[in-house]
Amino acid sequence: MTTATVEALSPATATRIKPIAHWHDRLSQLLLLGMCLALVVFLLAPLAMILVKSVQDRDGAFVGLQQFRDYFDTPALRQSIVHTLSIAGAVTAITVPLAFSFAYALTRSCMPFKSTLRLVALTPILAPSLLPAISFIQWFGTQGVLKWTLGGASVYGPTGIIISSVYAAFPHALMIVLTALLLADGRLYEAAESLGTPTLRRFFTITLPGAKYGLISAAMVVFSYTVSEFGIPKVIGGNFNVLALDIFKQVIGQQNFNKGAVVSLVLLVPVLVAFVIDSTMQGRLQAQFSSRAVPFAPKPKPAFDVAMLGFCVTVCTLLLAVLGMAIYTSFIKLWPYDKSFSMRHYTFGLVDGGVISAFFNSLEMAFFTALVGTVLIFGGAYLLEKTRGMSALRALIRLLAAIPMGVPGMVLGLGYIFFFNHPDNPLNVLYHGMAILVISTIIHYYTSSHLTAVTALKALDNEFEAVSASLKVPFYKTFFRVTIPVCLPAILDIGRYLFVNAMTTISAVVFLYSPDTKLASLAILNLDDAGEIGAAAAMATLIVAASTTVCVIYAVVTRFLLVRTQAWRRPVTV
Amino acid sequence: MPQAAASKDSYLKLESIRKTFGKFVALKGVGLAVERGELVIFLGPSGCGKTTLLRIVAGLETQDSGSIVQGGRDISRLPAMQRDYGIVFQSYALFPNLSIFDNVAYGLVNRRKGRDEIQRRVSELLKLIGLPDAGRKYPGQLSGGQQQRIALARALATAPGLLLLDEPLSALDAIERVRLRGEIRALQQRLGVTTVMVTHDQEEALSMADRVVVMNHGVIEQIGTPEQIYREPASAFVADFVGKVNVLAAVAEGGGRLRVGRLLLEGAPGAGALSTGARVSLYLRPEDVMINGAAAAMPNTASAKVTKVEFLGAFCHVTVELAGAEEQPLLINMSRHAIDDMKLCPGAALSVGLPPECMRLLV
Repeated sequence: MTTATVEALSPATATRIKPIAHWHDRLSQLLLLGMCLALVVFLLAPLAMILVKSVQDRDGAFVGLQQFRDYFDTPALRQSIVHTLSIAGAVTAITVPLAFSFAYALTRSCMPFKSTLRLVALTPILAPSLLPAISFIQWFGTQGVLKWTLGGASVYGPTGIIISSVYAAFPHALMIVLTALLLADGRLYEAAESLGTPTLRRFFTITLPGAKYGLISAAMVVFSYTVSEFGIPKVIGGNFNVLALDIFKQVIGQQNFNKGAVVSLVLLVPVLVAFVIDSTMQGRLQAQFSSRAVPFAPKPKPAFDVAMLGFCVTVCTLLLAVLGMAIYTSFIKLWPYDKSFSMRHYTFGLVDGGVISAFFNSLEMAFFTALVGTVLIFGGAYLLEKTRGMSALRALIRLLAAIPMGVPGMVLGLGYIFFFNHPDNPLNVLYHGMAILVISTIIHYYTSSHLTAVTALKALDNEFEAVSASLKVPFYKTFFRVTIPVCLPAILDIGRYLFVNAMTTISAVVFLYSPDTKLASLAILNLDDAGEIGAAAAMATLIVAASTTVCVIYAVVTRFLLVRTQAWRRPVTV
Repeated sequence: MPQAAASKDSYLKLESIRKTFGKFVALKGVGLAVERGELVIFLGPSGCGKTTLLRIVAGLETQDSGSIVQGGRDISRLPAMQRDYGIVFQSYALFPNLSIFDNVAYGLVNRRKGRDEIQRRVSELLKLIGLPDAGRKYPGQLSGGQQQRIALARALATAPGLLLLDEPLSALDAIERVRLRGEIRALQQRLGVTTVMVTHDQEEALSMADRVVVMNHGVIEQIGTPEQIYREPASAFVADFVGKVNVLAAVAEGGGRLRVGRLLLEGAPGAGALSTGARVSLYLRPEDVMINGAAAAMPNTASAKVTKVEFLGAFCHVTVELAGAEEQPLLINMSRHAIDDMKLCPGAALSVGLPPECMRLLV
C-alpha cells in the first residue's frame, strides 16, 4: 500500500510525447513567426545588403576588399575616422561628468525645485539635433552676439559640433546616470555614517562604485550618439569631415553607393563596440537593481545644497539659452540687424515658401510611427514573453530586437535604399512612400521601446496566462482585458517616445524621403543650406512645439485619466 | 481509507511520467492514482519535481513520456485549454485591474452564462469563502489570505472536476497560513472536489491531506496517509524529511538484538531478520522516547545525562548522552512542566526508555 511506482525508463526507448497544439497556441506562434519575418525583412536584410554592396563595384561586380583599400588610401576619408573619434571622445568627456553632477545634485542634495530642474534638463530631447547647431550659430557664428568670447576662433568646425552634441546628448546621459544613482542602497550610507566615514571617502567608496555601470553605459550611449550624428556636423561643421557626413556626401553628393556602404561599415564598428559594452553594463545595472535596496534619503546640508542648486540653475540656464535663441530667432525679422518681432519666418518662410507641408508630413509620420509602432512593439513583446512554444525562434527574435540600438540611422537608411530600391524586390513599391519612413523609424527606435514593453510585461504575474487557460478563456481575451489595461502607462510611454523621436529624427530618413514625403527635420537642413536660418529656426520651433504638446498630453493622460480608470492602483486599504 | 493502488475507477491516474529539462531529469518515471474526492499532497524539498508534476497534470508542461488519465479520459496530449481543472498559484495571480467580482466571474463570462446566473454563482462562491462583501473591491485592497481565498473561488467557479493548488499558502504569514489551511480543507471536503496540492511544508501536508506523496529527486519515495508517512517512513529520506528523528547507527547482534555503542537493544521490528553484523540505522522520534517513571517498565532502558535543554515555546528539546552510547546524542521532546518537575538542566541524570514498537530500521 505504500509502494511507489518507479520505473526506470530510458529516453532512447521512449517516444517523446507530442502535445496537441490548441489553435490559440498555433495563432500566437504564427504571429510570432510573422514578427520574426518582419524583423528579418526590415532590419536584417537591409543590413546584409550593405555588406554585399561594400564588396561590389558600381556595376555590381564582385571586387573583394578593393573598395576598402581605396577608402583607406584616401587621406581625407581616413582623416574622418580620427575626426569622428576625437569629437565623440571630447563630447563624452564633457557630457558624462556634467550629467553625473546634475544627477548627483538631484539625488543627493536637498535643493529646491528638483522636478522643475529635471524637466528643463530633459528639454533637449524635444528638439531636433539641428536646433542646437542653429542656435549656436546665432550665439557664436559670424553674426553671433558672443562671437568675441571665442577670440578669433570659429564656431564652425569641431567647437560647434562638440557644444551642439553636448547639448543634444546631455538628457540621454542624464537619464541613465540618474537611474544608476537612484538605485543606490541607502543602507550602505547609513553603515558608512555609523562607522564615521568622511563624506569624500563615502563618495569614492560607495557613490562612484555604485554608479559605475551607469556611468560607463552613459558614456557609451553619448559616444555612439555623437559618432552617428549627422545633422549637427552638416549645419555647424564647416569643412570639418566626419564619418556620418562622408556617407551622406558619398551617397547624395557623388551617388557612389558602394563607397557609402564601405564608410557606413567603418562607422558601424565604433558604434557596435560601444553597443556591446553598453549592453553588458546594462545587464550588470539590472543585477544591482534586483537586490532589495532601501532608497537613499538625503539630509539637508545648506552649503552643499546651495552649491548644487547654483550648478543646476547654471546648466538649465545654458540649456534654455540654446532653446530660447532658436525660438527667438524664429520670431524676429532679421538677425542681427532688425530684431523687431515678426511672424514672417512662419508666414513667408514656411507657408508661402511651401515648406510647411514638411511639418504636416512629419506630424503624419510621427502619428503613424507612434500608433503602428506601439501596437507592433508591445504586441510583439507580449507574444515573446507570455506565450509558449518555439523557443529557438524566441531567442532569435530577442537578438534581432537588440540590434537596432547598435545601428546608426545613416547605416539603416542606406541599407533600406539598397534593399527596397532594388528593382527585383517586390517590396520596392514601399520606396519613396510614407510607409517606408514609418517602418524605418519604428525599426530605428525599436530596441528602447521593446525593452520598455518587456520590463512592463515582466512585472505582471507569470501565471495570468495559465489561469486563463484553466478557465478556458482565450489568451487574446486576457491580453485585452488584463495585460493592456495593466500595462497602459508603459504603452503610452512607448507611444510618446516613438512620436517625439519620429518628429526629430533625421539620419535614417535622409535617404528615404521623396519630394512628397519630405519631413520637417529635413526641411531645416535645406533651409539652412539656403541661408534661410530664420525659417529653419521657425521649423525647429514647430517641431519642439509638437513634441512638447504630445508630452503634455501624455502627462495629463497619465495623471488624470489613468488615476480615474485604474482605481486598483490606489494604495491598499484593508 | 483510500486505496493507494490504482483501482479501476481512480479519478486521476498518472503512469510512468518522465520529464527532462535539458540534461536535468526532473521526473524519473512517476506513477500514482488519485481517488475521487480525495485531497492528495505532493510533499518534498525544492527541486524534487513536485511542481513540475502538478504543471504536467495542468498541461502547462508536457511530459517527455507517460500518460495521464482524468475521469476516464486520456488527457496526456491535451492542451491546458481542453483539460478540466481549476488552479491556484502561490502568487494568487489575481487580475489586478478587475474587481473581485470580475475576477471570480472571469471563467463564467466566457461560458456565455446569463448575467443573473453569474451574479448568483459569484455571490454564492464569495459567501462560501467567507468574503461575501468583497465583490466591488480590487485585489490590491485585500490581505494576502483574502486574495488567496478569492483565487480559490475563481478556480472553483466553473465547478471543475479537479482542483490544483500550487504552494497556495507559501506566501502567507504563519497565522494566516494555519487558518487558511483549515478553511481550504473544510471547503474541499464540503464540495468533495478531487484536489492535488503541492507544498514543501510537512506540517501543512500532514494536517490537510488524505494521502501524502513524498517526493525527492524526481522519484516518489512514499505514498501514504499522514499517519503512515510519519509512523512508518518507507525510506531514510522520508523519515528525515518528515518530522524530527533520532538516527542511531546500530549493528545487528543476532536474535533480534541490536547494539548501539555498547548498549544492547531488543525487539525492534524487523531486527530478527537481519544477519549478524549487519549495519543498520535505527530511527526513533524524539517524542517516542520515555523518561524516568514511564521508562521503568520498559525493556530497553539506559541511564543518561542531560547535555542541553533548548526552549521552544510549547515544548523543549532535551539532548542527552546515553550511558554506553555517548558518541550518539539522543534528542527528546519534553513539556515545559516535565522539565520543571524534574528540574532538568545540563548535567542532570535521568533514566531513558527506548520503546521497541516505535523503532524503525532502515538500511
